[in-house]
Amino acid sequence: MASTYETVAGIIADTCDIEPEKITPDSHAINDLGIDSLDFLDVAFAIDKAFGIKMPLEQWTQEVNEGKVSTDEYFVLKNLCANIDKLVAAKAA
Amino acid sequence: MRLEYFQMVDRITALDVTAGQIQVAARVPDQSPVFEGHFPGHPILPGVLMIETMAQTGGWLVLAKLRFTRMPFLMQVEKAKMRSFVEPGAALEVSATLVHEGSGYAVINGLTRSGGKKVSEAEIRYGVVPFPNDTLRAAMLETARRVAVPEELLHAA
Repeated sequence: MASTYETVAGIIADTCDIEPEKITPDSHAINDLGIDSLDFLDVAFAIDKAFGIKMPLEQWTQEVNEGKVSTDEYFVLKNLCANIDKLVAAKAA
Repeated sequence: MRLEYFQMVDRITALDVTAGQIQVAARVPDQSPVFEGHFPGHPILPGVLMIETMAQTGGWLVLAKLRFTRMPFLMQVEKAKMRSFVEPGAALEVSATLVHEGSGYAVINGLTRSGGKKVSEAEIRYGVVPFPNDTLRAAMLETARRVAVPEELLHAA
């Protein structure tokens, strides 16, 4: 079974037409991979479907806008995957 | 339908927000300036307006599900198919099914039938955001009453 990171990286590569070798766990989805808001909508939809979750994008955006966290917390892929794992675990609990 | 005003939905004929399904009636007008250009001597409903009609149909579903607290704006159209011509006077049955309600976005599958035959379909995605102003929200509520959104869905529970 693919890891969370492998699944997410695969989604990003397919959805945003980015070469897989350019994607790493430390890649920032926006700053490094150049994913714009419309492409990120595709990514979010694919992630929600793949993991059976609803990523709280609005809450995350609000936290970033209020300066509570940096964008790295949600857009660096290893951190995004950790957050996805938490959502999956919370759903299963 | 009043094509020039982008009023594509005449009335909602079935709405189940729990199941995430809606069906509406939309009658293509016999005459419209749109048909003067699309096309001379061969008037048909433009495909973009079929897509708009499905988008508005799904939009009413999303609005009703959110009890008009937020507004869906068209962001993306996927897998759009225009299967046959739609002529002036055609009675359309347009349906939409909620595929996914995400955080700040929603996805529906839209389908248009005429005379029982599929004429168009598309997957439509919306950005769902707070109403940008009270004017738009008031206009949407007024239109909602015209198309027969049940009154209990017009306000927060």
